[in-house]
Amino acid sequence: MPTAMEIYKMLPKKNCGECKFPTCLAFAMQLANKKVALADCPYVDEAVKATLADSSAPPIRLVKFGGNAGELAVGDETEMFRHDKKFFHQTILSLRVKDTASEADQKKAVEHAASLSFERVGQKMKLDAVVLHNASGQSAPLEALAKHAMAGCNLPVIILGDKAEHIGPAAKICKDRKPLIGIANKHNLDAMVALAKETGSPLVIHAENVEELSKLAATVKEKGVQDIVLESTRTNLGHQLVDLTIIRRMAIKASHRALGYPTLVQSQGHDLLTASLAIPKYGSIVVLDDGDVSLIYPLLALRQNIFTDPQVPLQVEEKVYPVGTPKEGSPLLLTTNFSLTYFTVAGDIEKSGVPSWLLVANTEGLSVMTAFAAGKFTPEGVAKLIEKLQVKQKNNSTSIIIPGMVSRMSGKLEELTGMKVIVGPRESEGLPKFLKNLPK
Amino acid sequence: MSLEVPKEKFTGKTAQTKLGATPEMKGTRSKSLSIGNVAGLPFHTFEAAASVPPYIGMDVLDTLRGMDDQVKKMMGSVVNDPVAWAKAIEHEWKADFITLKLLSANPEEENRSPQECASLVKEVLKATKLPLIVYGSGNFETDAKLMEEVSTAGKGERIFIGLAEEDNYKSLAAAAMANGNGVVGFSNLDINLAKQISILLMDFGVRKEDILVDPLQAALGVGLEYTYSVIERLRQGALRGDNALQVSIICDCTVGLNAREALDPNPKLGDISKRAVNWEFITANTSILAGADLVVVRHPESLNLLRKSIHSLQGGA
Repeated sequence: MPTAMEIYKMLPKKNCGECKFPTCLAFAMQLANKKVALADCPYVDEAVKATLADSSAPPIRLVKFGGNAGELAVGDETEMFRHDKKFFHQTILSLRVKDTASEADQKKAVEHAASLSFERVGQKMKLDAVVLHNASGQSAPLEALAKHAMAGCNLPVIILGDKAEHIGPAAKICKDRKPLIGIANKHNLDAMVALAKETGSPLVIHAENVEELSKLAATVKEKGVQDIVLESTRTNLGHQLVDLTIIRRMAIKASHRALGYPTLVQSQGHDLLTASLAIPKYGSIVVLDDGDVSLIYPLLALRQNIFTDPQVPLQVEEKVYPVGTPKEGSPLLLTTNFSLTYFTVAGDIEKSGVPSWLLVANTEGLSVMTAFAAGKFTPEGVAKLIEKLQVKQKNNSTSIIIPGMVSRMSGKLEELTGMKVIVGPRESEGLPKFLKNLPK
Repeated sequence: MSLEVPKEKFTGKTAQTKLGATPEMKGTRSKSLSIGNVAGLPFHTFEAAASVPPYIGMDVLDTLRGMDDQVKKMMGSVVNDPVAWAKAIEHEWKADFITLKLLSANPEEENRSPQECASLVKEVLKATKLPLIVYGSGNFETDAKLMEEVSTAGKGERIFIGLAEEDNYKSLAAAAMANGNGVVGFSNLDINLAKQISILLMDFGVRKEDILVDPLQAALGVGLEYTYSVIERLRQGALRGDNALQVSIICDCTVGLNAREALDPNPKLGDISKRAVNWEFITANTSILAGADLVVVRHPESLNLLRKSIHSLQGGA
């Protein structure tokens, strides 16, 4: 976004006041703060309008695909490091199916891709898209694969191949899912651009280095395709890390428009290594070859971790969690719903080998001490929760173990609940010893 | 036209540390790991000279009491004997260093004596030639005595001992300094605490090059993102010139292999052994990308995967 002074230089400087501001400079100030629209100035010329529209666009374009299979959005990032604010659009994980596979295998792969869906700490996480890969070098096999994908899953589709004429028919079959198509390079550029325009699809472009990629993106944009996804080198992880970093830096630090697009990274025979790099380090879309659950699940967890908003702590649901296989009357412990607190406490209970119930109170993701200090972890609140969840009836609990840090709530809590309140250790790591020595 | 890439112009760099002393250094290790001297972000070869790649260590436990049965199964019978385990790490799995954890010194568990524990340290030093890091039981009182014995047992070998926290750093620091060894400072996922322990150690007289910092590794799915961002901030602080942060970072990524979800028997989550290894690898690899200089893993396959990843990150095919 240009500064007020930069905008002012481009305005007519008539100070006519028709924009409702006394001077052009005052209007420029408002524009820079995005309080008014440039259209309010009747005298600004078209070229300036175009320049300003361009420079006020986000540094990385938001590109959407997926259509009626559920829209996926990538790009529109503003940070190099998640701790500076957050990463906005999580890496899309996609699974490649080749049109050279047998019909049965294609169908199986598509259905498998659709089955990769899980729930984790209250969030749904899933494999996002299926990649239809034109390995055959002909259009008919890819068309057949596209039909299987349409029939066998309801996932967004990415269609990749070398020749526009081979992927065209498949793109049309999948047009309601607004597929992401590619891969355009300097050899097939015109045909790919024509296909992208015809189908309204975003286009993946590839060059072996960032400089070539930047030129190619500028050309594609000139030819009329706005939604672009960049794929740089495929050589090794080191080059990929450098290129992904340079692309992100050029876009957000140097406002280099031709690299202000989301990125795509294809696994080169080792899904785990490629995705483990691309998820934290600026890959917008990752193409995987192996859909093994034992790999996909941890990758989805990695993505969930990295794209968590650092200012909004991950929370777990307010309820009674069994740790081990507790029975009626097993020890009942209390903690807060900050996910790290929960995981630590649950882990330490597990270490004790004493099956227990863990009551988690909603403290808006605050840890025990912070929540207590902020008045979000009170004996009144906990008593209400015990009532609401019918803890006493369901778990047949007559006593509750509270964190040592909040021993001060014990009297009041006893009074409100009628339960015996036992003050536990101050630190979670004291739990194994504490639980083992608990009188039966 | 060539692109003008905005480059980070860092002014600081991390201290150069050595783990392990070779015969030339009056020790008996086969190699001494040169750690640190890092002047840029990891693998950002377009703007900073490449620094030494991260080193990968493996851990040895002196008791299997707390070890999950699944993990025992994956690791095989070698883990029943700490010395044999250490040998396997050197000769079979070929890690860069060994981290020996003396958990059995814990007075609430086996309560093994400091002398007994120190004799295991001696045995491991005799049976293997890899650089060694030794952690105590986590009980401050026990460890004060224990780590003194340990450091004496490792005199002249440039072992590192840990974990030093605000309440026990003096005994550990003194034990390390008296024997030419180093100290691993610990902080609880907090950049200010990491800085504090480093300052406390330096004020006590420990040289910057004799300090490593462990920022607390959280496993994938259990707070990994906190560790990731703390490491990125620690390293950037160091590169921007914060003296107290210019120490190398060590992460104990074995928490990845032991994470509950890594070992969840639910068949919907795929093969346990594969998933557990992936879990440990991702935990370690993510910290390496953030800037960790040393990582510790348990499963040999995690080590192999990390080797592959680092090789490729360095530009290898």
